[in-house]
Amino acid sequence: MVTKTNAEINRDLLRPIFHTSWRFWVAAGVLGMGVVAAYATFFYQISAGFGITGINRPVFWGFYVTNFVFWIGISHAGTLISAILRLANATWRRPVTRCAEVITVFALSIGALFPIIHLGRPWLFFWLLPYPNRRLLWPNFRSPLLWDCFAILTYLTGSLAFLLLPVIPDWALIRDKSTGWRQKLYTALAFGWSGTGRQWHRLEAAMHIMAIVIIPVAVSVHTIVSWDFAMAPVPMWHSTIFGPYFVAGAIFSGIAALILAMACLRKFLHLEEYLQPVHFDNLGKLLLMMSLLWLYFVFAERLTVWYGNEPAEVAVFLSTQRGPFAPLFWTMVFCNFLIPFPLLVIKKLRTIAGTTLAASTIVVGMWLERFLIIVPSLSRKYLPYAWGTYWPTWPELTITGGTFTGMALLYLLFAKFVPIVSIWELKAGSRHRAPQGLLEIVPEEKPLSQELPDLDSGVALEDS
Amino acid sequence: MSNLKAIYGIYPGPEAAERAHMALQVTFKSFGGDVLAVEVLTSEPYDEYEFGRLEQRTSMPWISALGGLVGGVAGYFLTALTQRAYPLPTGGMPLSPHWTNGIITYELTMLGAILATLGTLAIATHVPGRRSPLADPSVAEGKIVVGVRNPPESVRVEIERALRSAGAESVVSLR
Repeated sequence: MVTKTNAEINRDLLRPIFHTSWRFWVAAGVLGMGVVAAYATFFYQISAGFGITGINRPVFWGFYVTNFVFWIGISHAGTLISAILRLANATWRRPVTRCAEVITVFALSIGALFPIIHLGRPWLFFWLLPYPNRRLLWPNFRSPLLWDCFAILTYLTGSLAFLLLPVIPDWALIRDKSTGWRQKLYTALAFGWSGTGRQWHRLEAAMHIMAIVIIPVAVSVHTIVSWDFAMAPVPMWHSTIFGPYFVAGAIFSGIAALILAMACLRKFLHLEEYLQPVHFDNLGKLLLMMSLLWLYFVFAERLTVWYGNEPAEVAVFLSTQRGPFAPLFWTMVFCNFLIPFPLLVIKKLRTIAGTTLAASTIVVGMWLERFLIIVPSLSRKYLPYAWGTYWPTWPELTITGGTFTGMALLYLLFAKFVPIVSIWELKAGSRHRAPQGLLEIVPEEKPLSQELPDLDSGVALEDS
Repeated sequence: MSNLKAIYGIYPGPEAAERAHMALQVTFKSFGGDVLAVEVLTSEPYDEYEFGRLEQRTSMPWISALGGLVGGVAGYFLTALTQRAYPLPTGGMPLSPHWTNGIITYELTMLGAILATLGTLAIATHVPGRRSPLADPSVAEGKIVVGVRNPPESVRVEIERALRSAGAESVVSLR
């Protein structure tokens, strides 16, 4: 059994903040170049106009809206899962929650950029906001795009608070352990946190309330994103199942993204003793359940379309089953179910490597799913004059790639300034009896074997 | 009579801190002071100890609910009044439909609850604010600080004795 002292935990989890290796600069440089390329392309697109993209009549929504839906979906990993686990008082959640909550904030921010990138005149994006302007032009509250605006702003506000509130005590810890500019920075960030009983109680009460509020908000956000499609009379969009279908897909892709992030953090920040196999195993089980749920929704949606036999809908259906979009559709099925299912259902395969591999294919599969919801339907609407094709061009590919590098860069920078595992929550949780494989705490100055003779294997924490 | 700014003891673990907390309460009671003046600073919450359970009662959930109510009402009026003041062509559909307005109302209800929670937290914890005068860097090492701020000079000896008798590693007086 591995034991950890308070000082060792501080040292392990604060190491990325106090020490910067050359690998950090190389990674930041490479990822930064991707982001710069995306920004440069975006400004070129503003200058040259939308004609340089593949978006055209009748397919007005291509990669950009696919990315919007995909990133909003990825954002469901963190706050929603973290809130559910927090309310369920799942002890194993503690090393995982912050990794997850960060994904929400960054993925949501990136996702929210796409409606702006997709605007012909992006500098007028603020027209979406409800304010009385001099031309007496107010937004249309019946528009699903405006619902998106409200939902995303609410979710982003809540998620940001949900992420940053528990970070304050950890920033206070860094403040007390640092000197020079770093101490000044973290003194400001810690907001005068002292760690009084009153502060702890109020913080935990606030987190509890936030967890209760954020779950319905998270569900509403992706439901509203689905209504961007479901409110339109377009073949295979006008469906009542779209709300729950999108929410399930979002949670599915979100968990996959979380597993990928955890695997990277574990490897590159040497967090093997904190992000343990049990975390991957538990999240792998959740992923398995969501994979089955995803399959159920896909089957239910497609069966209804096929059975209804409405010509325009069947045309779109067939274009994905055995038409031009079939290779993408079957790749999606492989990525979202056929590959992950055996990896996640067989306990021997549900290892860190197995769940990470399954998560990788699911992220690819879920991006394809978003694409296949949008483009085939727009390519073949009800009348022949509204039939067409779509191929992405290099600006769309560059901006899409840039969002992935941007996400990685933001995550890298966050891990540089904030402990990616919540230190105080980890310590508080490890004082209580925990399931096998999790951190345990033993009373000060007593050997582990004497104090807790029947502990299961795992890492133990002792006061030094 | 001059007052100390703060006096506190540093303890290695929660058991010793619990003893110190109780001893200080007894000392304060004997001098007619407010037992809630005793402050305990920790690097993590200790809900299973008495010192960690003080001041648990809070009206934060009610304030959050009130914030949600205010947000919801604001959302309803934002949509309904705007639609009536600046009517858009609706093709025969209702000018101010409750179905779609409900979505904005719902989101602003939740936003109101979130903002009310954050505001209540900031006020209740004085964060952002100044650090407690008892704040000691040893808390970052997992130690627990138990003490009082602004105690009368006349009881300094008794407080110090109580802190030491509970097993303080060191006692600090700040003037």
